[in-house]
Amino acid sequence: MVAGQVQAEFRRLRRVWEFTGFGLAFPLILYIFVGLQGSGPGAAEYHKYALASLCTYAVVNIALSTFGISVANERGSRMDALLRATPVRPLAPLIGKTVAAIAFALAAVLLLYAAGILLAGISMPFEQWFTLTWRLLLAIVPFICMGFAIGYLSGPTGAVLAVNLILLPMSFASGIFFPINSLPTVIKDIAPYLPMYHLGHLAWNAVGVPYDDLWKSVLWLAGYSVLFLAITLWAVRREDDRRFS
Amino acid sequence: MPGSTASSQVSTASAEPATSGPVVELVDARKTFGSVQALAGVSLAVWPGELVGLLGPNGAGKTTAISLMLGLRRPTSGTARLFGLEPRDLRARSRIGVMLQESGIPLTLKVREVVDLFRTYYPQPLSTDKVVEMAGLGEFQGSLVGKLSGGQRQRVYFALAICGDPDALFLDEPTVGLDAATRRSFWDQVRGFKRRGKSIVLTTHYLDEANALADRVIVIDHGVIRAEDTPEGIRALVPGKKITFHWRGVTAADLAGLPVEGLALDGPRVAFLTSHAEDVLRALFGRGAPITDLEVAGAGLEEAVLVLTGGR
Repeated sequence: MVAGQVQAEFRRLRRVWEFTGFGLAFPLILYIFVGLQGSGPGAAEYHKYALASLCTYAVVNIALSTFGISVANERGSRMDALLRATPVRPLAPLIGKTVAAIAFALAAVLLLYAAGILLAGISMPFEQWFTLTWRLLLAIVPFICMGFAIGYLSGPTGAVLAVNLILLPMSFASGIFFPINSLPTVIKDIAPYLPMYHLGHLAWNAVGVPYDDLWKSVLWLAGYSVLFLAITLWAVRREDDRRFS
Repeated sequence: MPGSTASSQVSTASAEPATSGPVVELVDARKTFGSVQALAGVSLAVWPGELVGLLGPNGAGKTTAISLMLGLRRPTSGTARLFGLEPRDLRARSRIGVMLQESGIPLTLKVREVVDLFRTYYPQPLSTDKVVEMAGLGEFQGSLVGKLSGGQRQRVYFALAICGDPDALFLDEPTVGLDAATRRSFWDQVRGFKRRGKSIVLTTHYLDEANALADRVIVIDHGVIRAEDTPEGIRALVPGKKITFHWRGVTAADLAGLPVEGLALDGPRVAFLTSHAEDVLRALFGRGAPITDLEVAGAGLEEAVLVLTGGR
């Protein structure tokens, strides 16, 4: 059953080239615009920093879209009602989506790595590539939970809007596109409360930026996971009462 | 035995699947949504191998009844049992197939892929080729679901309902919005499945559909069962034709002695039901009735329910 779900999710991703292609290409395009500038001292560090930033962006985008938009679509089309009448165990679609999302995120990240190596001439020891990768893939969890919350709280159109309205501002405020120090004070104050800020710091730290509050960020991300999970469970319960009780 | 609800064996414990007894059972099921009572005490049973048609107008409570049978909703009071089990029990769910009125499937998968996916939910599914054949998907099995016509998509939903080789099939208004030819070919598919000896519960507001397919028809309206009989029995309760015409200055006396039911006089407008349309018209013309705007139509469901509910 799980294998079938995973296969179906992969097929879905392959089919919707507009969506998949966008998820892979957009961070790449942003990286080319944002991440290749500069030469001379400090440029190498900046290139690595920008790579980590865009990888963070790609991972969060994929998590929110896979779980937010497709869950909202399934609810909107009433596919969830049909599935309820089947003996499918609820965990199976969940695992299928998670596996597909991680694979998708990995693909996006590897693509960015290739761009970084080929276009910016980035060179890092293997441990740094490895650390960056597993941190990104592990820390996808709070954003999966966030995606779920969006998916269960919104309709199909609302979910698309929500993901777009949340993703880009949050990325900017977390220092993904411009270093945090260059942001206005108000935003600088908000930044440390954003989950993407903490994922960003884990990623930057992986490519060599010193960071003292590693465990603090991990706790923040864990806390956000719990928060979004709680919101999701509440939304699921509310929908259960409304449609299936 | 089909047709007997009074002697159903009510299983009080749903811990084990029943080896005998009804496939589906509602016992005094009631369902309230806020202030609306969708079902006001419905008791019915479906036995192995029979096709039961739940017939009623829109809003009668058919979809609610099916929701209770499937465990999509819980009864406000009363019980619903599927194979003697609580309908949400996975053991019960593994043995049913469902076509819902409001339904969706991933638009970005091909037809064959969706069938493959749904097959993985069941312990002993039919082969994909068999499902394609039984549901008539052959021509478009490689097409994307999102590109199908309405009739084709209904076939896919039917395929998803039968792919698990269920012992009981639930079809909720399966032919709404389809043209006559598509409806008839769908009926053939249902008959094909029925030949495998499985039970089928069909809800519909089409009298001809109930006539064509059901072993037993249960008429439901305003959340209550109004009648329960074979299709022939139901038909015999309902006069066959509806006749309307205009007759200036008509009075009830003008229509005395004629085999009509549900007579309604509204100024010059006359409407009634009759099983002897030709005799009635012959008699009226013989009396020299100045009839204009004559219409003769097959008695529809509204007329059937009207009669069965005592012609309110």
